[in-house]
Amino acid sequence: MSELILLRHREIPSLDQLDVYVQHGGFAGYKKAVTSLQPADVINEVKASGLRGRGGAGFPTGVKWSFIPNTLWPHYVVANADESEPGTFKDREIMESNPYQFLEGLMIAAYAVQANVSYAYLRGEFWSIAEKLDACIAELEKAGYLGEHVLGSNYSLRLYTHLGAGAYICGEETALLESIEGNLGQPRLRPPFPAVSGLYGKPTVINNVETLTNLPLILAKGATWYRGFGTEKSPGVKIFCLSGRVNRPDNYELPLGTPFRHLIYELGGGIIDGKQIRAIMAAGASSNLIVADDKALDCPMDYESVQNTLGAPLGSASVIILDETVDMAWLVSKTAHFFKHESCGKCTPCREGTYWSMQIAERIVHGKGNAGDIELLKNVSAQMQGKCLCALGEFSTMPVISAITQFRADFEAKIASSSGPSSGHRSGDRSGDRSGDRSGELPAQVRS
Amino acid sequence: MNELTHKYPEEIERLLAKYPANFRKSAVMPLLYLAQRKLGYLTKVQLAEVAEITGMSITDVDSVAGFYSLFHEQEGSASRPVEGSASRPVEGSASRPVEGGRYRVQVCTDLPCALRGAEEFLSQLCQNIGIKVGETTPDGAVTIEEVTCLAGCHRAPMFQLQGDGDIVYYENQTVEKAAGLVAELRARGASSTGTSSPAAEAKP
Repeated sequence: MSELILLRHREIPSLDQLDVYVQHGGFAGYKKAVTSLQPADVINEVKASGLRGRGGAGFPTGVKWSFIPNTLWPHYVVANADESEPGTFKDREIMESNPYQFLEGLMIAAYAVQANVSYAYLRGEFWSIAEKLDACIAELEKAGYLGEHVLGSNYSLRLYTHLGAGAYICGEETALLESIEGNLGQPRLRPPFPAVSGLYGKPTVINNVETLTNLPLILAKGATWYRGFGTEKSPGVKIFCLSGRVNRPDNYELPLGTPFRHLIYELGGGIIDGKQIRAIMAAGASSNLIVADDKALDCPMDYESVQNTLGAPLGSASVIILDETVDMAWLVSKTAHFFKHESCGKCTPCREGTYWSMQIAERIVHGKGNAGDIELLKNVSAQMQGKCLCALGEFSTMPVISAITQFRADFEAKIASSSGPSSGHRSGDRSGDRSGDRSGELPAQVRS
Repeated sequence: MNELTHKYPEEIERLLAKYPANFRKSAVMPLLYLAQRKLGYLTKVQLAEVAEITGMSITDVDSVAGFYSLFHEQEGSASRPVEGSASRPVEGSASRPVEGGRYRVQVCTDLPCALRGAEEFLSQLCQNIGIKVGETTPDGAVTIEEVTCLAGCHRAPMFQLQGDGDIVYYENQTVEKAAGLVAELRARGASSTGTSSPAAEAKP
């Protein structure tokens, strides 16, 4: 069995205890950085490792850090622990069971850009995890890893947790910053980018939990060691969150470049009830559907291969498996409902587009679709693409378009068996949507 | 008299200390959690108290509370003020001044959970209890709600229980297990007013 890098708690009991974590090499990377490396050396080591952001964008982490200007101070590092993408549950496991490795990563990132204060922004549902992290932070202060003059150096660092309160959009980095500042979690117009004007208008690095959790071992064992895993352009390991119609849904830590087939059939135990696999969503709800043919199953799971071979982003590697029992029109109604519910309401293309996408998709599924609804759905998506303030609206169109393109018959079958047009506002009256509630008939021009 | 400041002076200082001195506004969400802890919802008075501590307008505090789904506002709070004390919660009363019960069973029916039977689970649970999604048991104890992804996709069907100032996950659920929990919650009673558990009170 290979040695795990991120999910080490699965092999080492009680790794969430500071003494156990230190016994197993914990804080060696941080200690090395703070006591013997210049911040620029740390950035260069991480650049050399080729580590890329694990939150979905896959941007090289060291390069991201190097955008922080040394002319504007103070600097902040914020850990994005808002994990809310449907199908994603990896950061949660890290923070629950290997919290010190995550915190050490955050501390290394803070040292690299010379931030003296860092925040971990957790989704509100992770209330008990935040309590646990607060207790860990208190331990670290007691042990001298945090506070003034850490480990006898001139460097000072404080860590704080900040809880969100139930808003997917706060995983978007500028919405997250707005939320910490006490505002509605709505994205900012860019530029300026957070690297120049982030939290409190200061240069800010925002890194995903999993990204940060890679750092301690990269610092301790070196970039060359890390590059021993994964591919040339996607080095290292990644946690793949496997969910949906598989026998063993779970987190699986694998080198980038492992084929889908290995994850789904060897590790995931294949499809429930021995059914036939039909499609894969590799990046949670924000996915282009991948037809699960041999080409897809043999495709290596790294950023380039999945994008270039299958035309779909790997994103956060939240692999949702869809089998022959899944109706793709229903699937689109599910994702459309999610994005409608989570749209923050700030920009019109997303606020209106997610609303109408949901209305149309739901009426198709409920047997109330019209002949022109498939084209109408595509049309709404086309009007959103390239026009939304952030990725939420943009990504919401991906399952819609890719499902219609590849599984059009599912939509046509629903419409063919339809009982006729309707207002289709089944969910229009749900409460809690940020973009506002509406009800009533669709306007005639939208309906036709 | 700011009751929040009076009741949780040290905690509020500790919260404010997390953020730069000139950004007290950053503490608005932690303060709303603090305010909501005992009753499970926010009153107009509490919104004003949070506004006073953070230096925000009541309207801004109200819009933050309205934006995030884990905050629950009393019906007729800041945006729709109700005159007089009659709208205040009555000690020990079973009638709720806010939509929803003392406990919220929030079932995830998002795509990954739905692929593992979450929708059937939710409808059977509701049938078992005899209420519809979004409704509250007649005793005011438990509301069943449908929510979006909770990062528990691999252990569906699952839900979170929100109440008494806490959030707890229940995963790999069956209808029998969940119905048993609901019965237990109902036995604990509907009103959280003055009956908040010591554990809930000790939360940061």
